[in-house]
Amino acid sequence: MISVEERPSDAPGDLHRRLGLTDEELAAITERLSRAPNDLELAMFSVMWSEHCSYKSSRRLLRSLPTQGEGVLAGPGENAGVVRIGDGLAVAFKLESHNHPSAVEPYQGAATGVGGILRDIVAMGARPVALLDALKFGWPADAATRRLVRGVVGGVGGYGNCVGVPTVGGELTFDPTYTANPLVNVMCVGLLPEGRLARATAPTPGSLAVLFGSPTGRDGIGGASVLASANFDEGSAAMRPSVQIGDPFAGKLLIEASLELVERGLVEGLQDLGAAGLTCASSEMADRGGTGMRIDLAAVPRREEGMAPFEVMISESQERMLAVVRPDVLDNVLDVCRRWGLSAAVVGSVTDDGDVTIVDEHGAEVARVPARALASESIEITRQASPPQRRRPAPAPGETPLAHDGLPERGMDPAAVLEALLGHPNVGSRALVTTQYDQTVGADTIEACDRAAAVLRIKGTQRALVVATDSQPRVALHDPALAAAMAVAECSRNVAVTGARPLGLTNCLNFGDPGVPEAYWQLSESVRGLAEACRALEIPVTGGNVSLYNESPLGRIAPTAQIGVVGVLDDVDLLVRPAFVAEGDLVVLLGEAGPGMAGSAYELLAGSAPDDKPPSLELGRESALQQVLSEAAADRILRSAHDVSAGGLAVALAEAAIWGGIGADLQVAVSLAPAVALFGESPSRAVVTVDPPRWPELARLAAGKRVACRRLGSVGGDRLRIRLVGVGATGAAEERGAGVADELDVRLSELQRAWEQALPRALGEVQ
Amino acid sequence: MKVGIVVFPGSNCDRDAAHAVRLAGAEAELLWHERPDLGGSQAVILPGGFAHGDYLRAGAIARFSPIMGAVGDHAARGGLVLGICNGFQVLTEAGLLPGALRRNTTLRFEHRWVTLSVERDDTPFTHAVPDGARLRMPIAHGEGCYWLPDAELDRLEAAGQVVFRYVAPEGNPNGSARDIAGVIDGSGRVCGLMPHPERAAERILGSDDGMHLVRSLVESIARVEAAA
Repeated sequence: MISVEERPSDAPGDLHRRLGLTDEELAAITERLSRAPNDLELAMFSVMWSEHCSYKSSRRLLRSLPTQGEGVLAGPGENAGVVRIGDGLAVAFKLESHNHPSAVEPYQGAATGVGGILRDIVAMGARPVALLDALKFGWPADAATRRLVRGVVGGVGGYGNCVGVPTVGGELTFDPTYTANPLVNVMCVGLLPEGRLARATAPTPGSLAVLFGSPTGRDGIGGASVLASANFDEGSAAMRPSVQIGDPFAGKLLIEASLELVERGLVEGLQDLGAAGLTCASSEMADRGGTGMRIDLAAVPRREEGMAPFEVMISESQERMLAVVRPDVLDNVLDVCRRWGLSAAVVGSVTDDGDVTIVDEHGAEVARVPARALASESIEITRQASPPQRRRPAPAPGETPLAHDGLPERGMDPAAVLEALLGHPNVGSRALVTTQYDQTVGADTIEACDRAAAVLRIKGTQRALVVATDSQPRVALHDPALAAAMAVAECSRNVAVTGARPLGLTNCLNFGDPGVPEAYWQLSESVRGLAEACRALEIPVTGGNVSLYNESPLGRIAPTAQIGVVGVLDDVDLLVRPAFVAEGDLVVLLGEAGPGMAGSAYELLAGSAPDDKPPSLELGRESALQQVLSEAAADRILRSAHDVSAGGLAVALAEAAIWGGIGADLQVAVSLAPAVALFGESPSRAVVTVDPPRWPELARLAAGKRVACRRLGSVGGDRLRIRLVGVGATGAAEERGAGVADELDVRLSELQRAWEQALPRALGEVQ
Repeated sequence: MKVGIVVFPGSNCDRDAAHAVRLAGAEAELLWHERPDLGGSQAVILPGGFAHGDYLRAGAIARFSPIMGAVGDHAARGGLVLGICNGFQVLTEAGLLPGALRRNTTLRFEHRWVTLSVERDDTPFTHAVPDGARLRMPIAHGEGCYWLPDAELDRLEAAGQVVFRYVAPEGNPNGSARDIAGVIDGSGRVCGLMPHPERAAERILGSDDGMHLVRSLVESIARVEAAA
């Protein structure tokens, strides 16, 4: 890593390596400049050509993603995707990681992750209206994990609560592969009038570059190259100076000032300063505008004295934005910043030479680099991909894998398995965490945390936004392409079950070292699955983020394609919620269970056969199911709808019952095996309820789309009762000789307690 | 009828409060904290948020904002002032309301839906609450534990200055003394509470109970206007 004392000029010859650049990359830089770079230029290249900023290993793959779609106003390459939603409004959204900073300094790492994604949304001219956090940690019994959870959750809440953006959803997953490398992925959603769309560009030579927000310090020097683009080891604690420090109060002022600037039409272009700081903002804005930018170092407001030029140029100090403004409105711009109590300074000007030029305090030119060489024409690396020898982790010593078609043979009955699943921290309520997040600021929240999708009404319209984020890392250990496609299917289904139309998709691809063929194979397979699913379901990918080098001495993380989908419900009165509503309603299962327990929550409890596979996904079926859900919602046929995912059908039914405060009496036909029917996680299924007279309509609609549609029973009482019937159930329990019941009959209050206590128990915080 | 809503740097429920006031049929104007007047508002709301970042102590710096002089004068003249969440904290720091708001006893930021009893339905802030109604609205704060020495709590209760209390089923979420969620000053014109009535302003948000408070405030202004 770069240390502040050790100036780049100390060791000529191999400086580039210490900055994380390879010899090949140095050669490519030299070729683009037609000369050797000086030390400052090299430092600028090192951050811009980092994996984090350049996507040098992933760009080729990402080109395969479908990015076109109806209403897409801004796609990949912008600070965030923007999609039209009607009524003259658009939604801006993006998922981003802050994994390594959070591993080193959990509170600040997570807080600045939130701050960074908020500014990305603001840079598009949108007012942030919702945050979602997808968090992944090692096993919760581990003291180090608990410390990380406390810090990360504190940081997400500390920033989001203070800036007044509700945190309305997310994921919390525990898996041993994340022990030394937790994942902190944050999604932000913002709203804007279409006409206010801002771009991160510098289109007009002669315009001025105004840096506003917090002054620049030495924090976060080399964050992009050091933290985000290298594997983790024991020396990670020494990287702490590379973690930025967040100031949500300044962040809030920055949001208000930025939105006022955009709203009043005072800026030509706007970009936040995140990874690679001023170097990134200046080169990307010039590159997009087809211009150049001249930066006057002496004009940059500082927090510390004696900063070297490279430190000013690559500092990742938080809460800063760069605006490109016409000279005639400069005074207005400075006025707005002053009123919000933010420092602002003209730090440069837009030129027509295509270069980013850096001038020092004596007026001497100390760097000159073509903007596109730093940005759009940075290096691309071809990586080797090869599938791993073993696609799943070996069973732990002493662990006996069980046949996938049986219930756990420990004298348990299905009710006990259901309680155990609801009580699992990957399945149970996240309330312990989400009560620390302000979920209702903004006065728009209709459904939030602990639901599969969050719903926010849009004031002044009849519409609502529906947002969800999902991932399938345990399936990905078996089949990364399937896992990515399943996550897309699940996430869009979670939006569709509410009656909303999915409009666009963002993703955060968290993977290992791309130089390792197996890790690169996982990445390329995931992108393949992602592209396939998005194409089949006709959802454009409007942006995303790639986080590589998620490895530690304990190994590589499970391949994690985190998916975020945003949809719109045109008439909020048509919203379908997940909870059971009324006694006597029919409970209906849409879709069919298929075999395969690998990667499921059930497998976590019971193990699975060594040759078992994850369930399969048929995208045509998924699409048909989503159409049925959407049409049924539009025709007001559905009383409730909830997707079947983690924990399978039994958990979906239990959740709908717990949330509705009302039980159900049901029969489930078992054709394969009881465990598959009750706890299997095969995709493309939903549990819905209807008023009995509406049943024929639903049955007709489903038949028309060839979606299986089966009555399970009816809502009522204070117990969840599920009788297993059919070939797979009758007598099967006796045959196995396991004392397994063919019926599940349990008081709702017991299920609720298990669900609520899952996380407090796992984290040792039972009160 | 105009309700002024003070915007401190760091306020984040200002627009939500304005929305609720407009739903109640009154005009709402956002008042930047640096101005020395209330712009002709007949009532003023100090909204939730993190005024000045709350870095020292919630509300501790906001009370020095120029507009707080105008808010104090307004109250002294018998004008209506409602503090919500951070606004309640600012009012206690400014000495316009008794008591202090300490860190929640859970030592965490708490976002929850709570149920409130209305101990006084004869105030300008509560007269529109239906008899005996229990109100559901969210809390969202890290420092909402109401505190006063015991003897002063006795005096506060005897003077009928406790307006809202946390009640079952959720109960007291933050350790507040005697489950106090909101209080009123001796003049009956300045009121503060930690829960957010402006977020319980429409059925679609889960509750419109908060509108009883906002409507009370707006109707109180109308009454004063009619009397004048």
